[in-house]
Parts: sequence; C-alpha cells; structure tokens
Amino acid sequence: MKKTKVLDAEGLRRAINRLAHEVIEKNKGVDNVVIVGIRTRGDFLAHRIAKMLEELEKKKVPVGLLDITLYRDDLHGKLDQPKLKSTEILFDINGKVVVLVDDVLFTGRTIRSALNALMDFGRPDMIQLLVLVDRGHRELPIRADFVGKNIPTSRDQVVQVAMSEIDGEDAVYVIDNEDQEKIS
Amino acid sequence: MKLKSRHLLGLEGMTKEEIELILDTAKSFKEVLERPIKKVPPLQGKTIVNLFFESSTRTRISFELAERRLSADVVNFTVVGSSVAKGETLKDTARNIEAMKVDMVVIRHSSPGAPHFLSRVVKANVINAGDGAHEHPTQALLDMMTLREKFGRLENLHVCIVGDITHSRVARSNIYGLKTMGARVSVCGPKTLIPKDIEKFGVGVYYNLEEVIPQVDVLNVLRIQLERQKSGLFPSLREYHRYFGVTREKMQFATKPIVIMHPGPINRDVELSADLADGPHSVVLEQVTNGVAVRMAVLYLLGTTTIVENEVH
Repeated sequence: MKKTKVLDAEGLRRAINRLAHEVIEKNKGVDNVVIVGIRTRGDFLAHRIAKMLEELEKKKVPVGLLDITLYRDDLHGKLDQPKLKSTEILFDINGKVVVLVDDVLFTGRTIRSALNALMDFGRPDMIQLLVLVDRGHRELPIRADFVGKNIPTSRDQVVQVAMSEIDGEDAVYVIDNEDQEKIS
Repeated sequence: MKLKSRHLLGLEGMTKEEIELILDTAKSFKEVLERPIKKVPPLQGKTIVNLFFESSTRTRISFELAERRLSADVVNFTVVGSSVAKGETLKDTARNIEAMKVDMVVIRHSSPGAPHFLSRVVKANVINAGDGAHEHPTQALLDMMTLREKFGRLENLHVCIVGDITHSRVARSNIYGLKTMGARVSVCGPKTLIPKDIEKFGVGVYYNLEEVIPQVDVLNVLRIQLERQKSGLFPSLREYHRYFGVTREKMQFATKPIVIMHPGPINRDVELSADLADGPHSVVLEQVTNGVAVRMAVLYLLGTTTIVENEVH
C-alpha cells in the first residue's frame, strides 16, 4: 500500500479560500446562497466554506447537512449496511441557490442521490456543486461548478480526505491499493 | 453493523448492539417524518403484505404508514373475527405469499409462534406485530425509543409495568428489551394476572401500587382486557380501578416526576385516569409518533440486507 500526500493543510486552506471566492463571484454575493454538505466529510467542508463566506461578505450563510443513505442506488447490494445518519436542513430551500458540498467527486452517484434527496425538500432556484477533489471516472453526466483540485487517478486508487475535525489533520492522500475494493 | 436475523420475531435473544442500531436508525427516520415530503425511497419496488389475523387499528396503520413512507408497495390482508384454525390455514397463506412474490410479511396472530412458523416456510422477511401472549417487539422498541428521548438513557431506569402481565405480549417484549438495555424492571398487578414464575425474568414483583410508585421513573400502564373479568381473574372494573388504576391520588406517593406510558387503546378511568392520560407526565402520543419511526427503522434494516444464498435462519 502506497500513500501519497497530494494536498497538505496549507494547500487545503488555500483551496477552500479560493472556492469561497468563486462562490461569491459566481453568485454576485451570498444573499440568496445556502450551503448543504453531504455527510460525513462534506459536512465539515460545508462549515468551513460557510465560515469563509461569512468572513468575506459579513453575512451569515445557512448550513444544512444531508445524509444520502436512503437514496443510494446500491443499498440492496451491500453486505454491510451503511449507518443511517440524520439530515438537518432547518431552512427553506425554495427559491434559494443551494451550493451542494462534498469532499470527493468520483462516479457521480452520490451527487445523483443528493440531488434526489434535495428535491424532496423543495424547489431551489439553482443547485451548484462544490467539491474539494475531482478524481474523474464519472458514471453519470454530472460535473462540478467549483473544484478545489483536479487529481487524475486510476480506478483502483483511493482518494482520502482527512479533516482535522474528525481525522486530526487536514490533508488529501491518494492510496494505491490493489487489494482494496473500490470505494465511492 | 446490521441485524443478525432476517426476521424480527421477538426481542428475546436480541443483543444490546442490535437494539441500539434499531433505536439510532429510528431517530434518523423521525427527522424524515418532520419533512414537508415524508417519503424516502429505500424500499422502492419491494412488496409488503400486512397479515392481520387479529383486529388492530393503531399497529396496522402505523406499519402501513411506515411501509408507504419507505416507498414500498403495500397489500393488506385482514381476517377480523374469522375463526381460522392455526396450522393449515397459515400454511396455506404462506404458500400464497410465496406464490405472489412478496418480499416482507408483517403478521399479527392470536397464536404464539405463528410468525416463527411463517419465517421457516417463506423466503420473505417476517416481522412479528404481536403473537398471542408471546411478544410484540415493535411496541417494546417504540417504548424504549420514547424513554431514551425522555431520559437520554435506558441504563438504570426503573420501569414498572402495571396490569395484566400474564396475557401481555407488550409486557414480555418490554421485559426482554429493557433488561438487555440495562434497565431495572418491575411488574405490578393483581396476583391472578401475574405469572407465577415471573421472577426468573429478573424483574421485581409488586402487588401494591403505593409501594412501587415511590421507587420508579416510569409506569408503563397496560390495557386491561375487559374479557378477563368474565374469566374471573378480577371481580369488577371498579375494584380493579380502585387497587391498580393509576390515578392522581396514587401518584402522590411519587418522589420524583414519573413518566406515564400506555400502549393504547386506553380504557379511561379503568387502568389509567383520564386526567393523567392527558396530563404533562403522559407520553402516550409521543409513543404513537415514535411507533412509525421505529417501524420504518425495522423495515429498512431488514428490507435492505442482502440475502445470502443458502442462508438458513
């Protein structure tokens, strides 16, 4: 198993900083913007983006969390059940610009699930996708609006995003592991 | 983490981790019930049949709502009042279920063990919605969910189950579940309605409410079935109410605020006085809400596990 660090704490901070600026530029401010993070890593990322937006624009941006387990398309094929966590979207998304946040964009299936889940909460004006890492290998016609870093990978590699809130450090790793099953 | 069995037949033998998994999952489903669109897709394409050989309003509606909110297709089969003899017909019913390619079966039956029998003869997941005086696992799970919300824990809670313990599947499932979760359980009722060997379950036995009320955190008041009076197990409803009815007067013996539960439907002013049933200590309606969430959790956990070929339960 070979583990290569492709982004360190400083790089991750700069990426988040730039992503926040891009969100502001694209939406001409944050007046109508809400952030929704996909559990688990997208959750912490969403809060960091929101904090950065607040610092830059001096306005509070609502943050919600989405658990997509119930919307997965591989729910019936897994031998080990994913643990169901709570969704917390305590604001109205009707008429808002929702910035959907996840750590890694891979096959696009997580995002498909998240879009379906979001639609059950209302009709946002627009949904934009923000990811820290785009590693390619899409299986659905989905692309991100904001990308922290493009990392070309092979299919059997694993991209691991560590966030200090739960992993004790900020970093992004690419892991070569022939034995390990593909993780999306 | 997943449940060990493909069926939910009872809480007897279920581990603490499994019960915790169900209760944690139910907590997540409670959030779904508060959304504008109370429907999620995990059981899309699954067919569930509700087989009710015994009358029930609350439990059947609760299961049906849970099933529909998980996007399953639902068929109801009710045989109220019919005198179907157990063995043959149940076997026939089972054959029919197989033939109709049903994925899950929720069964209520007056004979203890009917769901167990069904689980051995059909491929579908079987959920026990009450079998005679044996078990009613989802009721006990929703009771535990409600208590966990109220107290934040189940460990060392003292729960007293009041009423007809002998004929109660709710009591039995609650005893199994609560003991596994580390709670302290007592029962209280007339001697004629408490099983002789109840101590072997590790519960305290009381024949007097005034004695037990000062010690408990929770009273789970069971419905007194009126037909038990005819069989001479207690003299009259008024006498039952006088000695074992939970009333404001008897609650004065409490040393701390006591949570009052009831599985429903309530005989007002028989086992529980009307003012207490509607009072601030009653969690009766929370129990009903949690019932849907708990049943969603059970259906979801059983309905999304992959069936391993040749797996025999």
